[in-house]
Amino acid sequence: MIASYIRSILVISLHAMVPITLTAVGEVVGETGGLFNIGLEGILMLSGFLGGGGAVLGGPVVGLFVGMGVGALVGLIFSVINTYWKGNQMITGIGINLFAMGFVAFGLIVLGAPGFRAVSPAGRLPPIRTPAGSLSPIIFVALGLPFLAYWFLKRTRAGLILKAVGESPEAADVAGIRVNLVRLLATTFGGVLAGLAGAYISVSWIGSVTKGISAGRGFISLATVVFSGLNPLLALVGGFIFGLFESVATWIQNLPGSKAVPWQFVAMIPYVVTLLVVTGVIGRVRFPKALGEPYKRE
Amino acid sequence: MSADAMESRLQASTVARRALAGLNPVLESLLAGVLGLLVGALLMKIWGYDPWKAYHALFVGAYGDSYGLASSLARGTPLILTALTFSICVRAGMFNIGAEGQVYLGAMAAVTVGYFSLPPGLHLIVGLLFAIIAGAIWSLGPAILKITRGVHEVISTIMFNWISHFLCYYLVANVLVDPIRGEKTISVPRSARFPILMRGTDLSYSLFAAVAFALVIYFILWHTVTGYEVRAAGLSPTAARYGGISSKRTMLLGFILGGMGAGLAGACIVMGLPPTYAEFSGLPQISNLGFDGMAVAMVGRTHPIGILVAAVFFGGLTAGGRTMQITAGVPLEMVRVVEGVIVTAMAIPELVRLFRFVWRRSSSLFAFRRAR
Repeated sequence: MIASYIRSILVISLHAMVPITLTAVGEVVGETGGLFNIGLEGILMLSGFLGGGGAVLGGPVVGLFVGMGVGALVGLIFSVINTYWKGNQMITGIGINLFAMGFVAFGLIVLGAPGFRAVSPAGRLPPIRTPAGSLSPIIFVALGLPFLAYWFLKRTRAGLILKAVGESPEAADVAGIRVNLVRLLATTFGGVLAGLAGAYISVSWIGSVTKGISAGRGFISLATVVFSGLNPLLALVGGFIFGLFESVATWIQNLPGSKAVPWQFVAMIPYVVTLLVVTGVIGRVRFPKALGEPYKRE
Repeated sequence: MSADAMESRLQASTVARRALAGLNPVLESLLAGVLGLLVGALLMKIWGYDPWKAYHALFVGAYGDSYGLASSLARGTPLILTALTFSICVRAGMFNIGAEGQVYLGAMAAVTVGYFSLPPGLHLIVGLLFAIIAGAIWSLGPAILKITRGVHEVISTIMFNWISHFLCYYLVANVLVDPIRGEKTISVPRSARFPILMRGTDLSYSLFAAVAFALVIYFILWHTVTGYEVRAAGLSPTAARYGGISSKRTMLLGFILGGMGAGLAGACIVMGLPPTYAEFSGLPQISNLGFDGMAVAMVGRTHPIGILVAAVFFGGLTAGGRTMQITAGVPLEMVRVVEGVIVTAMAIPELVRLFRFVWRRSSSLFAFRRAR
């Protein structure tokens, strides 16, 4: 009885972990290069919506690739504005989020389903059966990717270049590194991962598109990046912690006799936990010196 | 040419250049607006709508007659206030996205005046105070986290928005609920409502409350020492610190003033928007006011006077958006898409220069083709 409870919580946690871990790992790479993308929430929404659409039309794999493509495009727009055009990263991100909110709500109405649309069973990614339960294949991507990102950032020359660009763009520039190009590539990569995360929500995990599909996960991912201190492995741990609390919230809501606690307070749990975690870890984390600043040659 | 004439000509050209430079911000806002409408038109075209018909309906609906104009001003009223929330904090060097959640709580606090009776006028003022205090209190959380722990305000305010969202769902459904109609809160009594400004429209005197707040903020920021300190700390925290300005104090002040504005915006809705003077489950009337306010703030160049102008534009988009929805069948949500593009475009510091550059490139391209 207890074993089955634990197993079901573990399965839900792993599923809830994926979008946060993927988005956070992508953002770790982006922030290492010096760009702070608060438009991740918008990318999750857009790729969730369009990825879901792609899955309905062409199957789950197409859906995931559409999601990644959308993420790449938005990430590219964000990084062009904030590298070559020296834009304000906060405001660009806010704009992208507004656009996504409008676009998804608009798109759902145009499709004749204000607020909610299910992805047809043929469009959903089939889960893998394991002894622990059925798991989405993307879970394994989310479990493996942080290690790959860790290796890339700490052990490769390209990772070192990226770090140089984030820490001291002037020095990197003098060393012949094309600062803006490196930043653009890193942030676009972050967009691709956020796009995969968004498409995962609609194509694999929840299986539907709603107006609030991202439910603040983009910002929870940003908080996870703060928690991780730009270490992809800690982003994995942080993602799992948030997944755990999300599954605990789901679990409490489904508990018999849980009517005593209003559902609204249970639904607050992930956001309260995010605040507590960010408040608890901040201060001991050091971020790249040039984070959030456009690079201008003297 | 005599030296004098040259001197005066030089001066004239400097004056002209300065005037042009002063005009640049206005040009930028206009350019961003046009860009937003263009992308909106493109998307409408892709989804199979007639953008020309839609925009025609939108602008006629928004500004075509006195009813439309009144409706635009009514929609613009809360946006003035939430735009100020964002702007004050930008001036103080922060990105406070928390107006959304503060508006919710302001509205809830204002509704509570329905539980007691006071003479008209006083009842209204008490309600406004409740809302202002509620907004300010809700802004304290992110402010304290920022000041004591350095938590980035973008993350904390979004989390506070979500918590406020669920808290207010709870309040509407369980605490402030109307005993007769379960889907809404109790209504604000007549003695605590803003009187209607223009008969037959939903424009109320709440407009003046918003404008007054904007003027007060303008006065504080540009004509008091405290305001000077807030702006100085926003421009350069390091320089301000050397000047003896406590950036913790200015940040706290920015958050609190902003929270007051957002709370007031919530009150303007439940106390100043006919016909129900209440909030419904799902928070339909107060949702997204905080987010729309950020677009207003950007186009208004985070300046109270600019915001007043921009709020008329965005209020018009929302009011006209309804006409567009009815006449051209384009969902109202299109308006937020346009807003998103506008804000993104406003993030580019040299939008006008960039535009001129692209323009020159493309026109020289055409000239080349013609020459061939």
